[in-house]
Amino acid sequence: MPRSLAGGDLAVPEMAQPYMKKDDDDEDVEYSPFFGIEKGAVLQEARAFHDPQLDVRRCSQVITKLLYLLNQGETFTKVEATEVFFAVTKLFQSSDAGLRRLVYLMIKELSPSSDEVIIVTSSLMKDMNSKTDMYRANAIRVLCRIIDGTLLTQIERYLKQAIVDKNPVVASAALVSGIHLAQANPETVKRWSNEVQEAVQSRAPLVQFHGLALLHQIRQNDRLAVSKLVSSLTRGSVRSPLAQCLLIRYTSQVMRESSMNTQNGDRPFFDFLESSLRHKAEMVVLEAARKITEMDVTSRELAPAITVLQLYLSSSKPVLRFAAVRTLNKVAMTRPLAVTNCNVDLESLMSDQNRSIATLAITTLLKTGNESSVDRLIKQITNFMSDIADEFKIVVVEAIRSLCLKFPLKYRSMLNFLSNSLREEGGFEYKKAIVDSIVTLISEIPDAKEIGLLHLCEFIEDCEFTYLSSQILHFLGNEGPRTSDPSRYIRYIYNRVILENATVRASAVSTLAKFGALVDTLKPRIFVLLQRCLFDTEDEVRDRATLYLQTLSGEVPIGNDEKDAKDFLFGSFDVPLANLEASLRTYEPSEEPFDISLVSREVRSLPLKEKAAPGKRPPAAAAAAAVAAPAPVSTVDAYQKMLSSIPEFSGFGRLFKSSEPMELTEAETEYAVSVVKHIYDGYIVLQYNCANTIEEQLLEDVTVCVDASDAEEFSEICLKPLASLPYNSPGQVFVAFEKPEGVPAVGKFLNLLKFTVKEVDTTTGEADEDGVEDEYQLEDFEIVSSDYMLRVAVSNFRNAWENMDPESERVDEYGLGVRESLAEAVNAVINILGMQPCEGTEVVPKNARSHTCLLSGVFIGNVKVLVRLSFGLSGPNEVAMKLAVRSDDPEVSDKIHEIVASG
Amino acid sequence: MVGGPISRAAAGPLDLPRSIAPRSSLLWPASSFSARPCPQETCPSVKNILLLDSEGKRVAVKYYSDDWPTLSAKLAFEKSVFAKTQKANAGTEAEIVMFDGQIVVYKFIQDLHFFVTGGEEENELILASVLQGFSDAVERLLKNMVDKRTALENLDLILLCLDEIVDGGIVLETGGREIAEKVSGHGLEGASSAEQTLVNALTQAREHLAKSLLM
Repeated sequence: MPRSLAGGDLAVPEMAQPYMKKDDDDEDVEYSPFFGIEKGAVLQEARAFHDPQLDVRRCSQVITKLLYLLNQGETFTKVEATEVFFAVTKLFQSSDAGLRRLVYLMIKELSPSSDEVIIVTSSLMKDMNSKTDMYRANAIRVLCRIIDGTLLTQIERYLKQAIVDKNPVVASAALVSGIHLAQANPETVKRWSNEVQEAVQSRAPLVQFHGLALLHQIRQNDRLAVSKLVSSLTRGSVRSPLAQCLLIRYTSQVMRESSMNTQNGDRPFFDFLESSLRHKAEMVVLEAARKITEMDVTSRELAPAITVLQLYLSSSKPVLRFAAVRTLNKVAMTRPLAVTNCNVDLESLMSDQNRSIATLAITTLLKTGNESSVDRLIKQITNFMSDIADEFKIVVVEAIRSLCLKFPLKYRSMLNFLSNSLREEGGFEYKKAIVDSIVTLISEIPDAKEIGLLHLCEFIEDCEFTYLSSQILHFLGNEGPRTSDPSRYIRYIYNRVILENATVRASAVSTLAKFGALVDTLKPRIFVLLQRCLFDTEDEVRDRATLYLQTLSGEVPIGNDEKDAKDFLFGSFDVPLANLEASLRTYEPSEEPFDISLVSREVRSLPLKEKAAPGKRPPAAAAAAAVAAPAPVSTVDAYQKMLSSIPEFSGFGRLFKSSEPMELTEAETEYAVSVVKHIYDGYIVLQYNCANTIEEQLLEDVTVCVDASDAEEFSEICLKPLASLPYNSPGQVFVAFEKPEGVPAVGKFLNLLKFTVKEVDTTTGEADEDGVEDEYQLEDFEIVSSDYMLRVAVSNFRNAWENMDPESERVDEYGLGVRESLAEAVNAVINILGMQPCEGTEVVPKNARSHTCLLSGVFIGNVKVLVRLSFGLSGPNEVAMKLAVRSDDPEVSDKIHEIVASG
Repeated sequence: MVGGPISRAAAGPLDLPRSIAPRSSLLWPASSFSARPCPQETCPSVKNILLLDSEGKRVAVKYYSDDWPTLSAKLAFEKSVFAKTQKANAGTEAEIVMFDGQIVVYKFIQDLHFFVTGGEEENELILASVLQGFSDAVERLLKNMVDKRTALENLDLILLCLDEIVDGGIVLETGGREIAEKVSGHGLEGASSAEQTLVNALTQAREHLAKSLLM
């Protein structure tokens, strides 16, 4: 075999380097079959494929070399690939089985273009019908990999035959190819249903597995069919562990989708999962246990799954231990009590050689541990932290944080642990996780505040991350001045001004100013420090220092009295950034300055809902929403602009709020109408978005007849009809009502669409002269109290709450009766109030027995409102709620209670 | 099935002593019912199989998913897999590591490192059975001379072996003996293999019968 040792010095391919390094070990160099291999030379050798008298051995060697090159990541140019491909096709002449297998492999690796495919199609089709099973199986896999849809129809009948071939290898090859083909040609593969069904009944274990996978793929969009498939198989016999695993997955899917019907006693699917826990193959047991733990089951149903997982914890196989502890860790997140039985086994895993297992064991223990074991755990973890990677450390830190929130009395040892970790080596993400944890602990556990702040101060003395330093300084400014001895922090902060980069220096200046504003005794000294900052090299630092000096001494207009200065320093920036950005984009340079108070404060509710239920929106609803609200960004601005351009409405004042469009017609009816409620102080404007979906019709003089007899406080003042509504170009009808100023009047509105219909000739597009008057009943809707509430977020709820007048607080308790779940009750109340949930409190943890939800909003008349909702479960799903409201106006607080009471 | 949630939710407000906004409580639960099949409800899949040497260099690799689209991404992944598993003393038992959302099961034989990668949600034991099948088959094919040099000398067999274990991410076969037989071409002649299958089937049927009688 001619090896291209020549030129090896110049072009030693990368893969040969290990041998080069081992120069001293000469034998190794000589014995490596691919030493000094070079693409050009191998391509030359490939000419042997064209030889009329094929040397099978040599050809096999050359093709292996080509495969080796490809496997090492070498690429062929288009020309080279084509050349090799044609040469390889010549090898079909040889009947040597081993060589043929390599040819198959080579064709798959080269992934030929469609015009090249034609050349091998006939050879492969011949092999597909060969008497040799191995040829048939492999030719099917190769052909299905390289063909396109049109060729597929030609070989379809062979594939159908192959699926029911008596040789399991052939059948599996056809089925697996079917699974791949179904992605691009679902319709074709669907036609194989009968054969695939036969394969599912096959006695060969793997054929059944592949058949099941393909059949499920064919039917995946037909829930009923999947359910039938699953229930017939769970009763029958499944022959391979792999197929059983697959069936468990499908079963749990069916159970989840029909989860509402599980309460009626008969539960064949769950019984199947439970019986799988006693299967002899571990992979099946694991799959079943995992699926059961992922389901919403009772503790009794969960117990057997936990028991088998516990057994696996002490297995000699690391993979099994890992799988078990990983699953238990997940369970511990939501149901820690279910896992406590495993604590002893978990503790022994803390010293597991496999660090992944040890980390998972620790974080599980942190979730299930009780108060007395905390100190011991922390001690053990400290020893362990030094030799694991950052990603594991972050996991541990997060687990410690939630543990500390669970056992607030133990904050001392945990804060110590965290601050020790801060001093260790570690990357940004790790340090950020620690800082975030300390910040959370300080906000949640008042006793931990002073110690925590000092730990953070120590950290910024030697912190390489600008982002973290700024974050800590900001936090220090908010929390530090309210501690017992604020002066102790000044040194740390001023050190930043002297030692750090410009960003950190600017943050430090702001922090100093906050101390100065809140602590009178420190004020003169802060003044001195700020004056020094006036000589900083960076203009941002100088600017801030100047501004704060002026503010604190009360010389600038915004700081007329002390309260204003504090507001200026501490006031949260309550304009949503997205809205500000949108307004700035539409702002045109003019004489009129940009007024930030005109920027809408309403948080768009659309992204919020999506966040609350990620990806769970049914596609139809999402599509409808997309049609109804084509431009969710800054719609309020757009509405304001549009309405003020209509002379009738220009005197109504500032638009307070516009609702989301609400459909007044069923989907896919002749006319689609939705309504948007625009709320002003003394008026409301109803905007009816109308669309004509019939091509043969033209609508004229479109009006909406509104019957507001059930809404006594409203009186109609004007109607703006739509002159013409052609097919497919929506228009708007407006109806305006007057209502008592500032009063959140409610009422029901009945609607009737009236218009004149004219026939349209669709070929010419011309409408008939004569029209017929007609009307169309629309659904009614209500103006409710939440229409008068703007969703406005506050950045720090606690601060905002404390800054509100306690006199305005109104507290009362409500029984909400039996609800589906706590989360459902929380959502219902949020919806009635129409307020913005703060700090993620709208999310109720699974299986929680109580929950506190924080809401904020602005009520009509620009009254800030904050609501603290405490929910509790008493008895089976009996929900009780305590509602505390604070607002700028005590009357509004009462009003909120009225809303809830009447809702 | 489809009607279930709706009717149940609609029934909710009726039995409330102090009903809270019937309309909104209808809306909320409805939006949480998902019609989309969950992505994890899929066929068990293998993302790649790697055979590296004791320095982390490729002997033979096969990727089945596009998580690593470029050669450099693949090499980077191999490098980090190798680095993360180097310290472990994976002997006869398969070891496991999880990082970057991937699960890797691995074992070492002499100077060869065997790896099988799957997604985060994958059943570890399925991956382990693929790994076991791979290493068993390689042991058989190399006639128990499992080292890098022999592997390279028989690279064609190793590559065919990878081809027979997994096809496009879907597990084809996990039995080491079966894989090795398919690769080495035993039973290539149609007739004898068919006979073989028949004999096997008969034996299996007999065992099955015996079992069911015993039970």
